[in-house]
Amino acid sequence: MIILNKKFNEIEKNISKIQEVKGRSLWHDARVRFFKNKAAVVSLTTLFLVLLFSFLGPIFAKWSNEEIDWSVLGDISTLGYPSIETGHYFGTDELGRDLFSRVIQGTKISLMVGIVGALIAVVVGTIYGATAGYFGGRIDSIMMRIVDILMSIPYMFVLILLLVIFGRSILMLFIGIGLVSWLDMARIVRGQTLSIKKKEYVEAAITIGVSHFTIIRRHIIPNLLGVVAVYATLLVPGMILTESFISFLGLGVQEPNTSWGALISEGAGTMRYGTLWQLLFPLFFFVISLFSFFFIGDGLRDALDPKDR
Amino acid sequence: MINFILKRISIAIPTILILIIISFILMHSAPGGPFTSEKPLPEQVLKNINAKYGLDQPMYIQMYNYITGIIFNFDFGPSFRYKDRSVNDLIAQGFPVTLKYGSWSFIIAVFFGVSLGVIAAIRQNSYLDYLSVGFSVSAQVLPNFVMAPILVLIFTLWLGWLPGGGWEGGKIQFVIMPVIALSTSYMASIARLTRSSMLEVLNSNFIRTARAKGIPKYKIIFSHALKPTLLPVISYLGPAFVGMITGSVVIDMYFSTGGIGLHFVNGALNRDYSTIMGITILIGCLTITFNLLVDIIYAWIDPKIRYDS
Repeated sequence: MIILNKKFNEIEKNISKIQEVKGRSLWHDARVRFFKNKAAVVSLTTLFLVLLFSFLGPIFAKWSNEEIDWSVLGDISTLGYPSIETGHYFGTDELGRDLFSRVIQGTKISLMVGIVGALIAVVVGTIYGATAGYFGGRIDSIMMRIVDILMSIPYMFVLILLLVIFGRSILMLFIGIGLVSWLDMARIVRGQTLSIKKKEYVEAAITIGVSHFTIIRRHIIPNLLGVVAVYATLLVPGMILTESFISFLGLGVQEPNTSWGALISEGAGTMRYGTLWQLLFPLFFFVISLFSFFFIGDGLRDALDPKDR
Repeated sequence: MINFILKRISIAIPTILILIIISFILMHSAPGGPFTSEKPLPEQVLKNINAKYGLDQPMYIQMYNYITGIIFNFDFGPSFRYKDRSVNDLIAQGFPVTLKYGSWSFIIAVFFGVSLGVIAAIRQNSYLDYLSVGFSVSAQVLPNFVMAPILVLIFTLWLGWLPGGGWEGGKIQFVIMPVIALSTSYMASIARLTRSSMLEVLNSNFIRTARAKGIPKYKIIFSHALKPTLLPVISYLGPAFVGMITGSVVIDMYFSTGGIGLHFVNGALNRDYSTIMGITILIGCLTITFNLLVDIIYAWIDPKIRYDS
């Protein structure tokens, strides 16, 4: 008896030891791999700094984005240059407004459009793609045919048509971008769903009578998250590019609001008068943020894609 | 093969019809008519104008007239802003310009993109490879609306080599900058695609066999590796075409080249519904036709596609 008790104690100890070893989840592995990727880490830091700039910048700004500096107005190219003395760290724009504050404002709006647009795409695209892929057959082919048809329409033109007809506002921009951005997502998610639904755990769920809706919610979508996360980070710069394109044409964000595209457009229009800073500051933030998003997306893909392991 | 082509055409035609119907419904759901202005017109005048443009008829008759007008007479109706010009006039004036720099951009993007990708793949990990990868990564964040001002800054303002805008019947010095601005980012994407696809092909078994047989390297690349390499590139041509046509709007705006993009943006700013609709539909038809061609070429090269679907 005593010996047996001893053995039980030992087994108990061993069991508790095993439990102390931490499990390594897919996400934990991915995090380790992601932080080994230098470009991705640098990008993450850069993006964090840009965000910090857009939130903390107003504290340092001496001028608001609406104030007009009458002392430089009329001779922007010689007086409105970037300087610390006047408080215009990035110079002023053509109307004598402080470019530092304008860039902060534009950064906020551009990032917001990018993230909200990507979010809409993620939600709509994931649900649509998962449904089509899970049910398959006729439902799938009809749903995907619709995506094919919508995809072959040159969406930028339809988007501009929408903006013209329903008024040029940020809300309309969101709706318009959201309407077209989910198509790619739906395709990718559907492809992934097709392979997930053949897995044993889905079969098991079907045999014990779990409803379709619950299977999609509990089994399909959680397993899609890796692909979705990668693609979502690549969607954000895509959305920012779309918004900037439209704002560059003067059809997107309207004054007094602004965005990177609108600022680049202004700077590009006035640079021949020698006010180069009006182009370069917004362009700098645009370029580094987009770079960061692309590298983070690449890093996430390398971290989450089991194929390259 | 013929079945495949017929199948594709049977998708393309409803797509075009859907595009027309969507834009038509959008246009008619706009708050206020095309002639609503800040200063309201006398009722009788408005009635007469509406009668002249056929806007007093029921919507389905208008839609029928519009669709049959496009299909049988290639007639997009009158412009609502320029009383003496029809949408056809605007298109006839702008389209040759867009076609000229657009097709040059397309040819240059494909040719140099593929060459760059192939060279990078053959000399993997050489400095040429790093150069081309670096180029294609940076060009992601240099879309046309960023390239255009940078080019003008360098070649017009600093070096003074090229005129900063205008068309002058398409003289070479007016075409160079639009073509570079439009083609760069697509050239980079094509180079990236070609490189990764070529690397994959070069690692495959049939290339190893060819090498083992002692076939010279250039012959392996041109007669064995190139064809499978180009498959993903060909499927990218459709999106590239759409992107370039969309980008032409920015080019027309920024370089004042006077292509259809200019009329599109002006139409959008003036709420000239019939013009933006006409151009949207024209470009939609072009895109859909082009995608059809790409699909057919793809199926012709890759038998797997035409038997699978």
